[in-house]
Amino acid sequence: MRAWMAILLLAWFQAGCGKVWNDPYPGETPGLKTLYTVFEERPKHLDPARSYSSNEVEFTGQIYEPPLQYHFLKRPYTLKPLTTTGMPLVRYWDKAGRELSGNASPGQVARTTYDITIQPGIRYQPHPAFALLPEGKPRYLGLAMQDLKPINTLSDFKHTSTRELTAEDYVYEIKRLASPRLNSPIFGLMSEYIEGLDALNARLVEASKSQPKGSWLDLRPYEFSGAQVTGKYSFRITLKTHYPQFIYWLAMPFFAPIPWEAERFYTQPGMEELNLNLDWFPVGTGPFMLSENDPNRRMVLSKNPNFHGETYPADGETGDREKGLLQDAGKALPLIDRAVFTLEKEDIPQWSKFLQGYYDASGISSDNFDQAVQFSPEGEADLTPEMKAKGIRLVTAITTSSRYMGFNMKDPLVGHAGGEAARKLRQAISIAVDYEEFISIFLNGRGIAAQGALPPGIFGYKEDFNPIVYSAAGKRRSLEEARQLLADAGYPNGRNARTGEPLVLYFDTAATGPDAKSRLDWLIKQFRKLDIQLVIRATDYNRFQDKMLKGNAQIFEWGWNADYPDPENFLFLLYGPNAKAGKNGENAANYSNPEFDRLFALMKGMPNGTERQQVIDHMTALLRVDAPWLFGFHPKGFSLQHAWVTNVKPNLMANNTLKYRRIDPGLREQSRAEWNHPVLWPFVLMAVGLSLLIWPAWRQYRRHEESRG
Amino acid sequence: MIRYFLRRLLYAFPILIGVNLITFFLFFVVNTPDNMARIHLGVKHVTPEAIEQWKAEHGYDKPLFFNPQQTGVQTVTDTLFVDRSVKLFAFQFGKADDGRDIARDIKTRMWPSLAIALPVFVIGLLANITAALLMVFYRGTRLEYAGVAGLIALMSISGLFYIIAGQYFIAKLWQWLPISGFDGGIDAIKFILLPAIVSVAAGIGSGARWYRTIFIEEIGKDYVRTARAKGLSELRVLFRHVLKNGMIPILTGAVVVLPLLFTGSLVTESFFGIPGLGSYTIDAIRSQDFAIVQAMVFLGSVLYIVGLLLTDLSYTLVDPRVRLT
Repeated sequence: MRAWMAILLLAWFQAGCGKVWNDPYPGETPGLKTLYTVFEERPKHLDPARSYSSNEVEFTGQIYEPPLQYHFLKRPYTLKPLTTTGMPLVRYWDKAGRELSGNASPGQVARTTYDITIQPGIRYQPHPAFALLPEGKPRYLGLAMQDLKPINTLSDFKHTSTRELTAEDYVYEIKRLASPRLNSPIFGLMSEYIEGLDALNARLVEASKSQPKGSWLDLRPYEFSGAQVTGKYSFRITLKTHYPQFIYWLAMPFFAPIPWEAERFYTQPGMEELNLNLDWFPVGTGPFMLSENDPNRRMVLSKNPNFHGETYPADGETGDREKGLLQDAGKALPLIDRAVFTLEKEDIPQWSKFLQGYYDASGISSDNFDQAVQFSPEGEADLTPEMKAKGIRLVTAITTSSRYMGFNMKDPLVGHAGGEAARKLRQAISIAVDYEEFISIFLNGRGIAAQGALPPGIFGYKEDFNPIVYSAAGKRRSLEEARQLLADAGYPNGRNARTGEPLVLYFDTAATGPDAKSRLDWLIKQFRKLDIQLVIRATDYNRFQDKMLKGNAQIFEWGWNADYPDPENFLFLLYGPNAKAGKNGENAANYSNPEFDRLFALMKGMPNGTERQQVIDHMTALLRVDAPWLFGFHPKGFSLQHAWVTNVKPNLMANNTLKYRRIDPGLREQSRAEWNHPVLWPFVLMAVGLSLLIWPAWRQYRRHEESRG
Repeated sequence: MIRYFLRRLLYAFPILIGVNLITFFLFFVVNTPDNMARIHLGVKHVTPEAIEQWKAEHGYDKPLFFNPQQTGVQTVTDTLFVDRSVKLFAFQFGKADDGRDIARDIKTRMWPSLAIALPVFVIGLLANITAALLMVFYRGTRLEYAGVAGLIALMSISGLFYIIAGQYFIAKLWQWLPISGFDGGIDAIKFILLPAIVSVAAGIGSGARWYRTIFIEEIGKDYVRTARAKGLSELRVLFRHVLKNGMIPILTGAVVVLPLLFTGSLVTESFFGIPGLGSYTIDAIRSQDFAIVQAMVFLGSVLYIVGLLLTDLSYTLVDPRVRLT
C-alpha cells in the first residue's frame, strides 16, 4: 500500500514538473491562431440598431459591416469604403429642388442626399434564417412552438445557408432605427436629420399597437423618403438639412445591413423564451461571426467562411513601416482564426492571467501600474524590467475624449446671471484647480491637462495653452493672480465683500466610495487654496442625473468620448440650444453665448481647412474667457501587449480592428509553458505542518487511552 | 402531516406578498422608471420620447401602486406592482430589461452555482464536524485552547481576505489552479477547487465553533456517562453516540440552507468569475434591472420557505418524538 502511495505521489510530482496546471482553457486546441482577451461587462445588445456601448461595439464591429470604415493606419482618421464600391456621392439641394454646388453655404441647403453603391457578391455568414427546403421555400421561417422542442441554441438548427447582401438590407436597418420595438439610442438624434424618420416612427408605433406583442413587424412595405432603394446594389439616404458629419455615422454599426429573414426568424413564437434573437445572435457579413455566445462566461468569434475578402492596408502614416505595421500589407484578412472573449470582472484575476500568458493584452489598473510602468527622468513612460523580460510591449495613445468640471450657467452665483463677477470667479477657480497635480496623483501621469474642449486627434486641436489659466506653456498662473480675480469678483480672501460671509460653493457628484473620497478631498483642498469652502453633495447616479436635467447642480464633473473625429462632436457640448436643463441636450453646463452659437452653426457646415480652424480658434478663445468649464484633462490610454501579438496600433475611431491582429501561437505556447510551473514545495511544507499537528494530538490520545487503563 | 404542510403553504403566500412589496418599495425608492430607461438607453443622445417609448415597451409606463386613471378595482390591479407580481406566483419571471428570458437564465445559471455550493456545503460540514469533535476530544488540553484560538482567528478575518489570499497563493504564486473562470463537464472540477477551498476555509471558524458548543453540551449528558461506564473508548463514545445525538441540531440547521444552495454566493461567484445565480443577482443590482432583482428575491424567499418546511420534516425523521400537526 505504502509503495503504491509513493509511486502515485512520485507520478504526480513528475506530472507537476512537466505540465501546466492552471490553464484556464482546458478544451482548447493549441496552435490555433486564436486571440484571447476579456470582456468586463456582459453586453446588453448585439443588435446594431441598439448597441452603442463600447463593450457591445467590440463585438458588433467585427460582425456587422456598415458602408464605410476608418483606415486602420492613416492619421488623421480617414474614412474609406468597406462594403461600398466607393465613397458615397453627396449632393446638396435647395428648397426648390435644384442641385447646389459642393461649397454651397449651409443656409442654402434644404436637403442632402447620399448615394451609396455596394459591392455585388457579398454574402452573409451561414445562418438558419437563410436555409431553404429543396423546393426553394424557407426551411425555418414558419416554425411552430413544437418545432422548437429540440432546440436550445442556434447551433441546434441543422441547416444553414446564406444569401447575397443587397441595398434593401441597408434600407431595412435604417427603418429599424425608427422601430418602437427597438428603442434605438440614436433615433432621437437621427430623426433631426434623416428625412421622414419621425413620421416613419409614428406609423410604426401605430402598426406595432395593432399587432400582437413580439410578432414580426415587417418594415419592407413602409416606404419613406429618408432611405430608398435605387437598385439591387444601390440606395439613397436623404437628410432634411446640411449635416456633413453624417458621413461618419455611416462607419458605425447602426447603419449595418440587417436581412429581413433574420428578423422574421427570430420573431417566431418560442424564440424569445430560448433567448434567440438579434440581440444575442447577430447575422452579419463581416470577417467574424459569433460562434459561441454565453454572455455569462465567454463569447467566441470565429472566421466567417463567407467573408467577401479584404486585404491588409498597404499604406499608413510615417513611421508605420519602421514599426512593422506594414509587414502584412496585401495579405487576406482576417489574420486570426478566432477570438475568445472571457468574462472577467475583477482586476486581480485579469492581471494575473495576463502575466501568465493567458490573455494576449491587458489594460493597466492603478493597483498594477507600478509593477508595469516606470517613468524615465525625462517623464517618458516605459515598461519595468519585469515586463520587458517577458517581451511585453507598451502601447499608449491620448484618447479622443475630454473630462471636465462644469459650472451650471443657470446658477445665480457662478452662472450667466452673475455677470462679470461670476466670470472672474470661474477664471479664478480654473487657475486654482491644478489638473497637472490631479493627473500625477490619481492617473499615474496617464493624461494631459486640457487647454480647450477639443482633444488631440480631432481637427481644430492646437498644441497651445489657455492664457487665462497659464502664463506660459506648462506654467500655471500664480495663486496670487487667482486671488486677485476672486477679489475682483467680490470675494476678497474668499469672503463676500459686502456681507463678510464666507464663499461656499457646491459640488454635485455621483462618485462615492473610498477612491472617490480621496479625489473629493483633493478637490476641496484645491478650492481651499482660494479660501473657498467647497461642499460635496454626493448622491446616487439617478439623483445626480435628475439634478442635471433640472439644472439644480452648481459645479459638476462630466466627460465626453468622441463619436466621430470632428470638432462638432465636442463643441456641440457647449452649444446653447443643446442645453441639458429644459432641453435635454448634451450641454450639461447650460452655457449660452450667442456669438459662440453663431460660430458653431458656421463651423458645423465647413470643410476642414484654414478657415474652419480660424473659426474654431475663435470659439476656443470665447470658451477660455467665459470659462464655463474647467478644461480638465484628456486621458491617456496605456495597454500592454504580449510579444506574440502584432499589428497593434490604437485606432480610437475604428471598432473593427480585430481583423488586422496577428498572433504567433507557437511563441505563446512556449511562453505559457515557461511561465507556468506549478510550485510544489508548499505541498511538502503543508505535509510537515500537518504532521506537527498530528504528532502532539496522537501523543495526547495515547496518553488519554493509557490513563483509562 | 399533510394538513400541516398545506397550512404552512398558505402561510407562505402573505409572506411572499410582503417580501415582494418590500422589494418593490425599496427598489423604486432609489430608482425611477425614467432612471432605468436612461441606464438602458445609454448616456448619449437620450430624448424624453425615447425614454417614454422604452417605458411603454417594458411595461414601466403604469403607476406603481395606484392608478387614478382607472376605476373600481382596476385602480389597484392596473398598476406596475400587480403586473409585475402576479405572474411571479406562477413562476413566470418574464424578461430582463435586456430582453433575455429570466427563467431560462435561472435554469442555466443555477448549475454553476450548485457546482460550487454543493461541495462547499458537504466538505464544509464534514470539516466543521471533524474539527469540533477533535476539540471536544481534547477538551481542557492545550490543543483545545490552541484550536479555539485558531478558530476565533479564522472567523475574525473578512471573507474577502480568504478570496484574495487564495487567489494570490494558490493561483498566482504557486500556479496550481486557474485563478478564475468556469467550464462545463469534467473540466469544471479544475475551476471549482479554488473557490471551494477558499469557501470551506472561510466558514470553518464559525462552523466548527458552533458545532463544538453542541457537542460539549451533549457530552455532559447521562447517556455519555453510561457509555463510558460500559467501558467504551472515548473515540467510540464521541463518534458513535455524541455525534449521532449532536447531529439533530446540526442537520436541521443544515437542511434549511439546502434549497438556497441553488442561488449561489454573491461574493464568491463575482470574484471567481463563476456564471451562477449569485453573480447574476449582483449584475442585476448594478444595472438596476428590476425584473431580475424581483425574480431572484422572490425565488430566494420561496427556497427559504421550502428550506424551513424541510427542516420541520427533518425533525420528525431524526427525532421520533416530534409530530407535525
